Amino acid sequence: MLEQVARRLPPRWSTGRTVLAIVLVVLVLAFLSIIKMELVVNGLFLGLIIALGAIGLSMIYGILKFANIAHGDYMTWGAYIAFFLLGTLLPRSTGFGPFTFGYSLFIALPLTMLALVATALILDRLIYRRLRRRGVSMVLLAMVSLGVAIALRGLVQVIWGGGTEQYPRLSKPFYQLPLEVRIPPDSIFIGALALILVVALYLFLTRTKMGKAMRATSDNLELARVSGINTEHVIWWTWAIGASLAATAGVLLAVFQAQLFPVMGWKILIPLFAAVILGGIGNPYGALAGALIIGVTAEVSTQWLTPTYKPAIAFGIMIVTLLLRPRGLFGVRE
Amino acid sequence: MGAKIRPDWASIGALTLILMLALYLFLHGGVGYFTDYAIFAAIYAVFSLGLNVHWGFTGLFNIGIAGFFALGAYTAALLTTPPPDPLMFEDFKFGGDLAAAIGVGDLWFVVALLGAGAVCGLVALVIGFITLRLRDDYLAIATLGIAESVRLIFLNERWLANGSKGLYRIPKFLGDVVSPENYDYLYLAVVIVILVILYIAVERVIKSPWGRVLKAIREDEVTTAASGKNVFSFKLQSFILGSVIMGIGGALYAFNIRFLDPSTFDPLLATFVIWAMLMVGGSGNNKGAILGAFVVWGIWTGTQHLPGFLSDYYFRYVMIGLLIVAVILLRAGGILGEERRVSRRIEPSEGAALPQP
Amino acid sequence: MGLLEVYDVVSGYGETEILHGVSIAVDEGEMVTIIGPNGSGKSTLLKTIIGLVQANKGRVIFQGEDITRVAPESIVRKGICYVPQSSNVFPSLTIHENLEMGAFVRTDDFRQRIAEMYDLFPDLAERPRERAGRLSGGQRQMLALARALMLDPVLLLLDEPSAGLAPNLVTLVLEKILGINKTGVAIVLVEQNAHEALRLSKRGYILAMGQNQLEDRGESLLENPEVARLYLGG
Repeated sequence: MLEQVARRLPPRWSTGRTVLAIVLVVLVLAFLSIIKMELVVNGLFLGLIIALGAIGLSMIYGILKFANIAHGDYMTWGAYIAFFLLGTLLPRSTGFGPFTFGYSLFIALPLTMLALVATALILDRLIYRRLRRRGVSMVLLAMVSLGVAIALRGLVQVIWGGGTEQYPRLSKPFYQLPLEVRIPPDSIFIGALALILVVALYLFLTRTKMGKAMRATSDNLELARVSGINTEHVIWWTWAIGASLAATAGVLLAVFQAQLFPVMGWKILIPLFAAVILGGIGNPYGALAGALIIGVTAEVSTQWLTPTYKPAIAFGIMIVTLLLRPRGLFGVRE
Repeated sequence: MGAKIRPDWASIGALTLILMLALYLFLHGGVGYFTDYAIFAAIYAVFSLGLNVHWGFTGLFNIGIAGFFALGAYTAALLTTPPPDPLMFEDFKFGGDLAAAIGVGDLWFVVALLGAGAVCGLVALVIGFITLRLRDDYLAIATLGIAESVRLIFLNERWLANGSKGLYRIPKFLGDVVSPENYDYLYLAVVIVILVILYIAVERVIKSPWGRVLKAIREDEVTTAASGKNVFSFKLQSFILGSVIMGIGGALYAFNIRFLDPSTFDPLLATFVIWAMLMVGGSGNNKGAILGAFVVWGIWTGTQHLPGFLSDYYFRYVMIGLLIVAVILLRAGGILGEERRVSRRIEPSEGAALPQP
Repeated sequence: MGLLEVYDVVSGYGETEILHGVSIAVDEGEMVTIIGPNGSGKSTLLKTIIGLVQANKGRVIFQGEDITRVAPESIVRKGICYVPQSSNVFPSLTIHENLEMGAFVRTDDFRQRIAEMYDLFPDLAERPRERAGRLSGGQRQMLALARALMLDPVLLLLDEPSAGLAPNLVTLVLEKILGINKTGVAIVLVEQNAHEALRLSKRGYILAMGQNQLEDRGESLLENPEVARLYLGG
């Protein structure tokens, strides 16, 4: 897949090779104990969660052509809908296998994704489609999504209050890995699920007609229309994919942090955008790479900075990217 | 670029709402209550004016208002709060005590306001220099990040402004002129005076040749740039101007509540509500900015007295979000109307005319 | 009744009106060229016909059917295909995928058609998995044409297909277009290289400032000294 990613590049400078180089440097530094390997590993898992959000955000940016400021709150809603299901409708269960959560999570997850897809499609029908028809600027679309974000976040607080919650869980011991790395078993689940979804998305985008139509629309909406592609359908699919990935990301984040709170999605919004921009808007694989870079950098930074500054790291990366290479690592030069 | 008052149901409705609210507040809690509302509304009107300069007149999508809010407020506070008393376990290192430093009566207030504005202007210069070359939506995310970074810094660096413990000995301007019960009326008068001064200043600036270039940039950035104008420089100046105004607003806020900590600058009440105000009142329109502040703050305080869950803080939170969505969906012009931006739209999926990319 | 009739069309972008009442007509299998100075509305005319730009006034009639208010996605199904001047391929898709997208609305097995396209444009057949964004200018034009032909259109709208190409490529592209026309596809060709285009076309229109200026047979326009002076660069 890195080759796929490398093929998107301008000739002469191979970003793929640069990324490989960075990865090697990181590994060497970790081996030399200059940076803690555990932080790198943790950062990778965090990065995968960010990636699920960023991929959807990137696709929405590329096809619907606006910055969906509500995306973080879509994630929050994913976490809370699952919380609701796990707490009330589904049988209470914990400690499935080596994980802290119970088997109910496997049922809750697809249901949550469905719920969020429905929400996203309804919001599109009520709000975004009307504005699209009017031909409003992308800034106005972003602004309305800000309103949606505020309303969604407020709604979470109205229903569940402003405090912190937790999924039904059973504490489980960490796995001890070499190089002083300890990871919770939950992370294995997170990693596996994230990778499955990414591969599934890749297959969808490259092997199915709708997937190719989505890539085409992201490239050139007018040309897509005059090729007969029904761009409204493409837009629905984009929301569906974006929302289901965001829902999953929200649930996984709640598992990863062992807590959920109303501003969890809002707090991660800047890392999401940073990943999207780093990877190149409209490029889902770029968003994945960007997210991993940001996840690892943010975690590793805690070796020297207070953890509260983690979001600032992501923000810093974003600004640097925008200044030096606004199309991102893997974006196409406009 | 003056006000275009469209006498339709929206304007009439809004004005009726304000009058009803004013009446209600007056009957409910007396003049004191109304004054309290009015002070906050007027301070927010200052912010709204600043945002109008950014968004209404220059098209800068700034969702990091909270950052300038905090900077202005903290600067004014630090300039005037007496130095930290080690006995009270205060962590911060500075403390201006301007009141004592400036011998000339109560002029310290003005100096504090100007100081707050200056600091914000300086920060805006630096930030603007870095970020204003960015596309509108990138700018939004950047300003969001900056506001968050400002908040984090004030929270973490306790030596700066006492972190989460806050600053709480901010002096009262002209505190000894009237009795404490009547102080609010005095402060209201002060804020209104400053609001009027700022309004006149902004109106002047906007109608000047400089302001006309800004309008041209809003309408068609590409052509304006092609005709030789340094678009970036104009945007930067506008960004600084709006930020200075927001800094002054922050200072006014600090001297009103006279206690600050990072949680005061929650994005809802330090950024989003101001956006709602400008959208409702009419962006691109100074009178609209002020009107919007009074209307939206009226709705915010008024709903505090509604029965049951409607007065819940979080419910009103939702309301602010819905307000923004509603204004854009139904009537993007706001009550007093705005000038339409004609740049960079996206193509809709069916029918409708498509502009040149 | 001709294949395509455009009556008095007024259209533009937002508040800017570009076409102030333009009319053209194309018969079955005919090749018609539209020339004129920059900004005269040639591209806008094509976009209006295909539905990307809405006509505020006037009519567009295709095969007897009024398609003035029809969306591009539907117009394409009726047999009109459009190749924009620039951004006329999907850069991140491969050559093969570009052709697949061209055939998006086809419900049959279009592999035969793709093979025909590779025959017609052998350059494309060499590396079908190459990303379209990496193709040279000439290859891109070929791909853009091939994409549009995937639907076996009855009418083809081409916006400056030779733009930015070296002179030998210009001739090549226009010859290809002529070849397509000879298979019975009607073509509306907007061109800057007016000489060549008019030479190959049956009829030509001259557009300036959003209005019809002149209409005649291709050869007549070429021989017209006024036309030569004003629009053909002498």
